[in-house]
Amino acid sequence: MLTPTARGPLSECVLESLRTGDTSRAADAPDAGSPEDAQITLWALYEQHYRGFEDVAGDLEWDPQLIAVRRRLEQDFERELRARTPGVPEPGNFAEDFFAFVADHDGPSLAAHIHRSASEEQVREFLRHKSIYHLKESDHTTWVIPRLSDTVKAAVMELQYDEYGGGNPHRLHAHLFAQGLTASGLSAEYGAYIDEVPVEVLEQNNVMSLFGLNRRLRAASLGFLTAFEATSSSPSRKIAGGLERLGFPAEMVEYYTEHVEADAVHEQLAVRTICGALLAEEPSLHEDVFFGAWTSLDQDDRYAQRMLGAWAS
Amino acid sequence: MSDEPGRLPGQGPGMTPGHPDVIFCPGGPILLRGDHVVQDEDGNEYQTTRPVSAVCRCGGSAIKPWCDGTHKVMRRRPGR
Repeated sequence: MLTPTARGPLSECVLESLRTGDTSRAADAPDAGSPEDAQITLWALYEQHYRGFEDVAGDLEWDPQLIAVRRRLEQDFERELRARTPGVPEPGNFAEDFFAFVADHDGPSLAAHIHRSASEEQVREFLRHKSIYHLKESDHTTWVIPRLSDTVKAAVMELQYDEYGGGNPHRLHAHLFAQGLTASGLSAEYGAYIDEVPVEVLEQNNVMSLFGLNRRLRAASLGFLTAFEATSSSPSRKIAGGLERLGFPAEMVEYYTEHVEADAVHEQLAVRTICGALLAEEPSLHEDVFFGAWTSLDQDDRYAQRMLGAWAS
Repeated sequence: MSDEPGRLPGQGPGMTPGHPDVIFCPGGPILLRGDHVVQDEDGNEYQTTRPVSAVCRCGGSAIKPWCDGTHKVMRRRPGR
């Protein structure tokens, strides 16, 4: 993948620093011209820690000037995310409270729209947007693993092993999505559609990296994971139905039907053996688990609002 | 600790979690760890395919014998 197109003065400056290797200019980087400018910059800086860019030297991953820009952007972003978060439930029966917290959340449903009435072009746009995350599905959670106790670490691995196909590359979830894209006539190239995604998609991806890359946010990362899994089975079934209605190839449908079954398992593991165990060991992380969970639900809502609005006009 | 036949010591609500092969999720599915063949009421057999599988207990799943999360909709009644 090559570096994305800049979306304002900050990304212009930082992306140029990345490409040329002259990071001294990043030290005097201008302020972001818009939320989009900030988010694409942060996304590019995070991407250095995944598979990176063909036009950026590998040793810039830990360049102090670039890390300083990332840290500034992360601080602003985390502050904003925390300000969006309402009060969380009092500690009690975690599994029961968590499922109730998710069930009581009422947001717009993109899956219902895809199921019943989305056009083929709308669904293709949706798949292009989703490719940014699904082609590196679950990788952000893997970053959390070394920061956990033995019990929680083993529990996260049990879930991640399934995400990664149980060691079989043909069943790895990111691979299933790539197969679906190719069969649908879309590019399965990693990051291919980054220039066309709206700010909501950048935010959603950046939240996962923010939580995954910062040890102190490990509970938020696992809370995010848990809410993500707990809101996946039923929407995945609806999306699979919509894809079938529109005649999408079996490979694309199968990615979603796989998630109906897998995520019905994962939500139980994430609530009980992962977050439940984490909070039994470290009750002080309660608030961050729900911060992460709320953020997952809220990010989904923001993207759904954006797309339903765009498609209605 | 308990007179229940087969009950292991040191396990129970609020205790350090063990690593059981079968887990009954309150209000949800049964989790099965490892490889199993599950037979449904009609005698059809299904092979587990993932490290942990969730077997439907509410009867409402569209992908039985596996869970698809339908119990969460069935459980949502006033007063709960």
